[in-house]
Amino acid sequence: MAEDPYKVLGVKRDATPEAIKAAYRKLARQHHPDLNPGKPEAEAKFKAAAAANDLLSDPERRARFDRGEIDAEGQERAPPGFNAGGGGGSYRRYAEEPFGARYGAAPEGVDPGMFEDLFSDIFEARRRAESGPRRGADQSYRLNVDFLDAVRGATRQLSLPDGKALSVKIPPGVVSGQVLRLRGQGDPGRNGGLAGDALIELEVKGHDFLIRDGNDLRMDLPVTLKEAVLGGPIVVSTPFGALRVNLPAGSDNGRTIRLRGKGIAEHGKRPAGDLFLTLRVTVGKPDAALEEFLRNWSPENPEDPRAGMEFGE
Amino acid sequence: MITLEILCARFEALRADDLQRWIGAGHVRAERQGGDLVFQEIDVERVRLILELRDVMEVNEEALPVVLSLLDQVYTLRRRLRGLGKLED
Repeated sequence: MAEDPYKVLGVKRDATPEAIKAAYRKLARQHHPDLNPGKPEAEAKFKAAAAANDLLSDPERRARFDRGEIDAEGQERAPPGFNAGGGGGSYRRYAEEPFGARYGAAPEGVDPGMFEDLFSDIFEARRRAESGPRRGADQSYRLNVDFLDAVRGATRQLSLPDGKALSVKIPPGVVSGQVLRLRGQGDPGRNGGLAGDALIELEVKGHDFLIRDGNDLRMDLPVTLKEAVLGGPIVVSTPFGALRVNLPAGSDNGRTIRLRGKGIAEHGKRPAGDLFLTLRVTVGKPDAALEEFLRNWSPENPEDPRAGMEFGE
Repeated sequence: MITLEILCARFEALRADDLQRWIGAGHVRAERQGGDLVFQEIDVERVRLILELRDVMEVNEEALPVVLSLLDQVYTLRRRLRGLGKLED
């Protein structure tokens, strides 16, 4: 196999004719057989350098070589892309041991490039294997979900780093940490392989006055003193719109009212959850008439609400 | 046993054609087992060293053989000194 002439001369592929000439001159000084008696390998190196210089110093032949028309076994240059992680330096441990002789000093007489032939078929087989169908990689994303979207379900747009948008169907009842899988929305497959999936980790935000309890919702419901005592219909705002709720007369503070099916919306075989309202009686601002009434009021059935709360001695 | 796949999987930045070139140039050694290349731990660390020389210390591909050759000579001397009992850990 003919050696890559750029490598023989140690010049870059875009080297100027001057640089090529300089490199050749340098190698010639180093390896001229007359200057290196007793080193038969020097002669081969000198001949290789001369042949390389012949090829590259002729613009037409150099261009044909660059286009791969002659002696196509050139070398590929890979773009950088090694994101260096933690520091290395553990090569030293191996190199200091006797086995480190694997990389003994400058293999004399070993022609750099002889290994290339030795293993090139393995790399070729690998390249062929890589040209088979390959499934695309999965991509992971995060999506913030509004509390009410998790209650009712929703479809939201997820903006991807590449500027595209992904339509994400959020089923009712999702929780933080849950991962939705969108099939085929990851990286495209290669050579006819399937696309990967988009994995979307959800983060459900909290709510100002609704609390999630599994598939149920809990909410404090402030009522006036009059509503608590007299009862009657009141209008309650829920995630599913305003509802008319009939408040029983004499509803005490802390009483719980259950609104069936007004919790997390149903999904598949799972029925809807409930919404629990806990009454919070509010006295409101000072009211002269109310105070006047209470001063003159004697309860029909006087009772001590703190009865039975004595701690004893 | 460290195969080509395992070696490439160890380093995100390692491209098969880089490795092929380095093996071709004798910077990295390998043995053949049938249709597979087999590496030793020292080769894995050698690849790490080369990647760090190239990407961290910005030793370019042209200077790489010089650096590696000097390093190999240093380690050869150190192994010899150790063999003579003249080099402490």
